[in-house]
Amino acid sequence: MAVYFGADNIISPLGFTTAQNLEALIQGRTAVHKQRFAFSDSVFCCSKIEEIQLNDGFSAISNNPAFTQLEKMCIISIQDVVSHSGIDFNNKENLLIVSTTKGNIDILEGAYKNIDSKRAYLPVFAKTIGGYFGCANTPLVISNACISGLLAVIAAMRFIENGSFKNIVVCGADIVTEFTLSGFKSFNAMSEEPSKPFDKNRAGINLGEAASSILLSSDKISAVKISAGNSANDANHISGPSRNADGLYLAVKRTLEDAKTASVDFISAHGTATEFNDEMESVAFSRAQLNHVPLNSMKGYYGHTLGAAGVLESVIAVNALTSNTLFQSKGFELQGTTNELNVIKKTEQKTINSCLKTSSGFGGCNAAALFEKV
Amino acid sequence: MEPTILSYCKIKNNTVWLNGDEIYIDNKSVDFDAFLVNLYRHINLNYPKFFKMDNLCKLGMLAAEMAIRNNSKSDNCEKDKTAVFISNNSSSLDTDRNHIKTIEDKSQYFPSPSVFVYTLPNIIIGEISIKHKLAGENAFFVTEKFDEKLMHSYTSIALQNKHTADAVCGWINVDGKEYEAFVYYVEKSNFNPLIKGFNMPHNPETISRLYN
Repeated sequence: MAVYFGADNIISPLGFTTAQNLEALIQGRTAVHKQRFAFSDSVFCCSKIEEIQLNDGFSAISNNPAFTQLEKMCIISIQDVVSHSGIDFNNKENLLIVSTTKGNIDILEGAYKNIDSKRAYLPVFAKTIGGYFGCANTPLVISNACISGLLAVIAAMRFIENGSFKNIVVCGADIVTEFTLSGFKSFNAMSEEPSKPFDKNRAGINLGEAASSILLSSDKISAVKISAGNSANDANHISGPSRNADGLYLAVKRTLEDAKTASVDFISAHGTATEFNDEMESVAFSRAQLNHVPLNSMKGYYGHTLGAAGVLESVIAVNALTSNTLFQSKGFELQGTTNELNVIKKTEQKTINSCLKTSSGFGGCNAAALFEKV
Repeated sequence: MEPTILSYCKIKNNTVWLNGDEIYIDNKSVDFDAFLVNLYRHINLNYPKFFKMDNLCKLGMLAAEMAIRNNSKSDNCEKDKTAVFISNNSSSLDTDRNHIKTIEDKSQYFPSPSVFVYTLPNIIIGEISIKHKLAGENAFFVTEKFDEKLMHSYTSIALQNKHTADAVCGWINVDGKEYEAFVYYVEKSNFNPLIKGFNMPHNPETISRLYN
């Protein structure tokens, strides 16, 4: 059974609809810039949604103040998909999957006075969102580091294929707070400038916040389907990417095998802009003989949005297919990986029919999925 | 026809059960940290990295070690076709709170990468995968309670694909002093009641019975 993509949304500093975000990409705008926070003297280069922008967006759909920042982002994002698709979560055939790494982590930082601290627990966070939409099924949470979003999309495909559900909305979301900023800083993994995925002078990640949602359905509601998807583990190191890219290579190889194709028109890569991640990806794509395929990373526009990234990048990949657009990989200038990659330097129109989407993360996890026009 | 559960390990209340038999018990007065080390020694894990791990990973490593060691298949399993699917309630909140402690006092501001890396629940999947060289499918679900239907469904779907032959599955939860682990090993081969040794059919009812 084929599984099709339907309505989608992106909530980011670049806009609160997919259309606004795509417009920003075409204009080459980025959400990442240098900013200061009350908790530190340091300057952080990251992407944050303005509080006023979020509250304006939220007040347009609800006057209930009893939600956290992340819950508001998720609710606006899912509501947009509900409005465009008419999906009814009250129906037992429909499911909401939430992908996040840290959920309401700002509760632990004491950000709220009137929010139950139990909402720091991911099932309670998800249930709060499910309650807003009157979900008949308890929303499912997937928290698998930086592959959370893509893994949630793959899980949705599997649950629809095996008949467990008819329609699934996947919502990926994470916020940027002192928790992750201090942690990635302690890792020396963050760039002080906007990140440069796959570039010779890349200097690390920028963190970003976003929520993104997409509907998957057994009904042919669009001309793009997800044909296959797999995950695999490096079994090598909990925080360092594998030198031979074993996990990513395996996930890619199995995905193309399942989809019975070798034809990939472009790759939406993970591309965090750390030295070792991007190098690892170049090894994997080279081993899979895909290093000539046009490739981009969205991290130059959004930073690394953690649990949202795989969903957000899937949304952009699906829209790239329907609009026949190869988006520039922002921040890239000079080849910077041992195995040369065909990084997209300029946004252009081109007929494209398939996209390989990949993600990799801490814990040695990797995921790959193939999206195809039908 | 149903796949086969070849072993399972359950750890709670300072007690360990393997395939239904109680195999280790510590006095109730032993705290969780000490219990983990006692059990580590008792089963001769001999894996120094253990001591760098947070409690969620320590607990998960012990439960997984016993489930993987004590079955007829895992020695000859195809490592890159062995999946690890884990779930819990509290994600990595136990270590999240420890990371918060390193940043909340600005006069003692020492966020540490060795703590921060454990602020993701799926790190336990990484640790199990490294120790046992398992390179197959991964997924970490966060649910209110152990959800045998979800775990059964996701595992069954994976086992129907040629890329997955075996799976290490379960529930590994740590929330302060509260903890619980239940890890079981499933192989694709159809359950056959005539085969000797521990084996059970992989279905939600059996999983629920073993968990409870």
